[in-house]
Amino acid sequence: MNNEFSCQEMIEVVTKYLDDALPPDERQRFERHLSYCTGCGTYVDQMRETIRQTSMVPREESLPPALRQEIVAQFRTWKRH
Amino acid sequence: MHGLETLSSETALLTALRCGDEDAFSALVDAYGAAMHRVALTFVRSSAVADEVVQEAWLGALRGLDRFEGRSTLRTWLLRIVANIARTHAVREARTVPFSSLELARESAEHEPALPADRFQGPDERHPCRWVSFPMPWSAEPDSALLSAETRKLIADTIADLPDGQRIVISLRDVEGWDSAEVCSVLELSETNQRVLLHRARSKVRAALERYLTTESP
Repeated sequence: MNNEFSCQEMIEVVTKYLDDALPPDERQRFERHLSYCTGCGTYVDQMRETIRQTSMVPREESLPPALRQEIVAQFRTWKRH
Repeated sequence: MHGLETLSSETALLTALRCGDEDAFSALVDAYGAAMHRVALTFVRSSAVADEVVQEAWLGALRGLDRFEGRSTLRTWLLRIVANIARTHAVREARTVPFSSLELARESAEHEPALPADRFQGPDERHPCRWVSFPMPWSAEPDSALLSAETRKLIADTIADLPDGQRIVISLRDVEGWDSAEVCSVLELSETNQRVLLHRARSKVRAALERYLTTESP
């Protein structure tokens, strides 16, 4: 039986690999494939870059002030009960 | 990012909250309020509804304070409350897709390859299941499009168009930076299903970047 991952299989287990969730034997097969396959190496690099880029998508860093005020006002009402 | 380090412990904070300490409450809102709002927006998309969801979530949290047993962190507990309320609202808004963990599990069960099969050699070719041609490396030059705001916009737009489960999971994992356990706990998803949704979502974002970065002339 062929024990190696094919390229087509590699790109389906890459997320599991990056999550460190591959069983040790599959992890070894994954890394062995990476050691000789330039295409899959590029693909894994691109998945890492994708994650990095996604983490830089701008996000709202604080609550809109009016909403914050309403939440705190809500707290005062709650306190009185 | 976690603004609560100044408070000696969650226990002290909880005691203060139960006593109606407004400063403690404000500190909590400043620490987790924005994250809760973003989670609400991930589910419901309309900012007016997200505001309602967040208010309802804080009220729910205050009412449930006495029942909080510290089995999760306060942060996870709050995020779970907001996710549950947001889910209810999303269904009520007559969005067609229900957000139950069952639905998310179903979405993850559909077969969908990370790349079209024609990127790989067929069974009769020389190296079946190997690349037809390798993906082109992305430029890491200082003037690369990778560094532009336009690229971030492309990612945000791609995520916005994903099916609900994929959109929610990649938003929480990769935009918000939650770990897998936290996402599973908040969405009540198994680790396997969560990872399948993440994998699909990331594969699509990568493909969108690939199209953008390899077709654009410098």
